[in-house]
Amino acid sequence: MLVGITILLVFQLVGEVTAYFLGGFVPGPVIGMAMAAIVLTLTKGSAFLQPAHERTIDTSKAILANLGVLFVPAGVGIIQHLDLIRDRGFALMAIVLLSTVITLTVTVWVFILVKRLSGGYAND
Amino acid sequence: MTDGLWVYLATSPLLWLAGTLVVWLAATGLSGLAPGNPLLNPIMISIAAIATVLCVTGIDYATYFEGAQFIHFLLGPATVALGIPLFEKLSLVKSNLVPMLSALVVGSFTAVGSTVFFSDLFGFSPEVVASMAPKSTTAAVAMAISSGLQGDPALTAAVVVLTGICGAIVVTPMMNAMRIKDFSARGFAVGLASHGIGTARAYSVDPVAGLFSGIAMGLNAVLTSLIVHLFL
Repeated sequence: MLVGITILLVFQLVGEVTAYFLGGFVPGPVIGMAMAAIVLTLTKGSAFLQPAHERTIDTSKAILANLGVLFVPAGVGIIQHLDLIRDRGFALMAIVLLSTVITLTVTVWVFILVKRLSGGYAND
Repeated sequence: MTDGLWVYLATSPLLWLAGTLVVWLAATGLSGLAPGNPLLNPIMISIAAIATVLCVTGIDYATYFEGAQFIHFLLGPATVALGIPLFEKLSLVKSNLVPMLSALVVGSFTAVGSTVFFSDLFGFSPEVVASMAPKSTTAAVAMAISSGLQGDPALTAAVVVLTGICGAIVVTPMMNAMRIKDFSARGFAVGLASHGIGTARAYSVDPVAGLFSGIAMGLNAVLTSLIVHLFL
């Protein structure tokens, strides 16, 4: 657990440093995510790094299995905007709902249609 | 005597850290009673329960966050952790590269464009429109984009969470109604539209959906930060 969380934090740290030099438009943790995938792929099969790989995978699975709880603290921040929600809550909800439904629909159909056109379902 | 204890505990980080975890466990237990029912979303239940307690007891958000920040902090390593399924299923990702990138570009423009269009239509101020524009991206990125656009990052955080919960609730019934069975496509759509909260939902439905959702969240964070100023 300690080895796994240390490896994840180091990737995040390297990601943050990279993000700083890139001007900050790509978030550090997202760079860390890409780096983790790349480094694990490049070092796959190394007997020396095998235990570190396994611990990183185990820790990641434990975190991802409880991903939802990590959004609760930020979400509770909604209590700072109760006045806006009281005055314009309906419009706010309508925008969020409409935009989310449209985005989900457009994204999933572009994915499916391009996959179909490029023969991605040929084996189904 | 008990008043003194409450005053002591209510301002200590321990109460709100332990409280958030206990509420979360209770909420997941509750949603486990009706597995697959998206309305019993444990994130929404937990936020509603804690927000109610804070409002009733008059504890401000800053005091709450002093305890809850230890949970909030793990969002960073959790984002890095999304790279691990990416590594484990690399060949599956590679074989879906063209559909993914096409859906990313069209989806990202749709997410920002529809948000700006509807917020203008409902007559919101430019500050609120700028705060809402990046709402499909993960909270940290959305807040950075919003402050760059002269928006209000605290409002952005609230709208981002609303968007996440909304997507997590509607995605499964919508995709089932459209008869979409490809979990890579379903996951990609919910990660793009509803960032990490959508990804948490996707992981609870299907591991492949979770994988593609995490990738979509990462890619959309990058693309949104590049295109959002085209709409404002």
